[in-house]
Amino acid sequence: MSKSNRDGGDGAAGTERPERSTKLEVRALEMTFPGPPPVRVLEPLDLDVAGGELVCLLGPSGCGKSTFLQIVAGFIRPSAGRVTIDGAEVTKPDRKRIFVFQERGVFPWLTVEENIAFGLGDLAREERVRVIARYVELVGLRGFERAYPQELSGGMKQRVEVARALAVDPDMLFLDEPFGALDSMTRLTMRSELLRIWQAAKQTILFVTHDVDESVQLADRVVVMSARPARIQRIVDIDIPRPRDLSSRRYLELRDGILEEIGLAHTI
Amino acid sequence: MPLWLVSAVAVLLAIIGWDLAVRSAGRTVIPGPIAVAQALGELAESGLLVRYTIASLFRVTWGFLLAVALGIPLGLLLGWFRRGERTAGPVLQFLRPISPLAWIPLAILWFGVGDLSAVFLIFVASFLPITVSAMQAARNVHHVHVDAARNFGLSGVAIVRRVLFPAALPQLIVGIRLALGVAWIVVVAAEMIAVNSGLGFLIVDARNAGDRYDLVVAGMVTIGVIGLVLDNAIRGLERAPAFGGRRT
Repeated sequence: MSKSNRDGGDGAAGTERPERSTKLEVRALEMTFPGPPPVRVLEPLDLDVAGGELVCLLGPSGCGKSTFLQIVAGFIRPSAGRVTIDGAEVTKPDRKRIFVFQERGVFPWLTVEENIAFGLGDLAREERVRVIARYVELVGLRGFERAYPQELSGGMKQRVEVARALAVDPDMLFLDEPFGALDSMTRLTMRSELLRIWQAAKQTILFVTHDVDESVQLADRVVVMSARPARIQRIVDIDIPRPRDLSSRRYLELRDGILEEIGLAHTI
Repeated sequence: MPLWLVSAVAVLLAIIGWDLAVRSAGRTVIPGPIAVAQALGELAESGLLVRYTIASLFRVTWGFLLAVALGIPLGLLLGWFRRGERTAGPVLQFLRPISPLAWIPLAILWFGVGDLSAVFLIFVASFLPITVSAMQAARNVHHVHVDAARNFGLSGVAIVRRVLFPAALPQLIVGIRLALGVAWIVVVAAEMIAVNSGLGFLIVDARNAGDRYDLVVAGMVTIGVIGLVLDNAIRGLERAPAFGGRRT
């Protein structure tokens, strides 16, 4: 329900979330990787995301949505256009906004607790210990604090990475197909974990995926992107109250609408 | 049969085979295992064994540490900056196929007969493999890890210390092990020519001073055993999980 982005204005009454201001503003953003031959990845695109909103960027593999996310996170400079967060232009990564890579981002030379502590260098010792314990608990890795990533499953590594990101208390999270490498059961669990964490801490989340169901299950809004060079094809409000019933008519309607939008039949 | 026992039996069989081969050849200058064991005893008793071993290890330690201290930072730097590799790569690749022993005449010319020459030769022998492996290690560091570190606010020296170095460490240790093997081979050769002590000198001296082939082989055995110990020590490091080893 409650998506109320700033030009939406469709009555925030009765929503579970307070009125939100614009967190992220993307204006006329373009990206062409210099060649040879130059590759056009992003057509000029605009997007507003409200504070505390969970937005899914949905598009086919290789369409440029990851590039978009990396630009917004400040890892790559765009060819043209600008990205502002909280009114300030993004020029480099910031510890208030953490990018979660697939589980590849976990440091293999550090234990679980050392990974989680990576961004906590400025905390006093006892405080650090407390924060680590809290996030180990939150992502269900108790008993594995001293384990090295190579001893963990893919899903557990992914949770280490999420815990490491959350531990620095960011107000924004960028998730690049974070559950893509997991088996389908773990993936479902991770989705509800993510929703639980997000509903507790209300970070603004940009979530890149190529999975239509995933986007409809998670997002306040789904930004449907075209094949490369990517442009925004449509933005779909997911007005299903949470917890979402995955067999409700509205869910199926929205999902099928998106499938149609990207030109996929929903029969097989 | 436990694995260590298999290895022990293999060694025993090799020694028995050696003994039989020497015996069946009749009168020969090649000593059997018993003669060599006696020679080792003789060397130990005279104190030469310990003195020469220490002399050789001393040279390897200095030459090798110098190579590690210079080669690792240089290699990481060259691998980190693409342009660095383009610049230094051809020079390193050109120097690589030149045997370290080819430097002996120049070493003696520059440093005279003595420890410094030997240390220099060991440095030359281990510097190149260490630098090249550090360069490759830095190049193989996953960009995701560097990006993640930047995301947590790290830059410059902190990234080198907390990401580049630990990420490269497993490969660095492999390079170090290979280089130490080469260094140990080269010290013996260097000592045959450039100095008057050490295990390599022992071997040449034993032959020159009266065809004491039992002492020659005793020197060879000592060299082999120490090489094995060094290699195993570094393999132990490789297996440590903090160095990227696998605990299974």
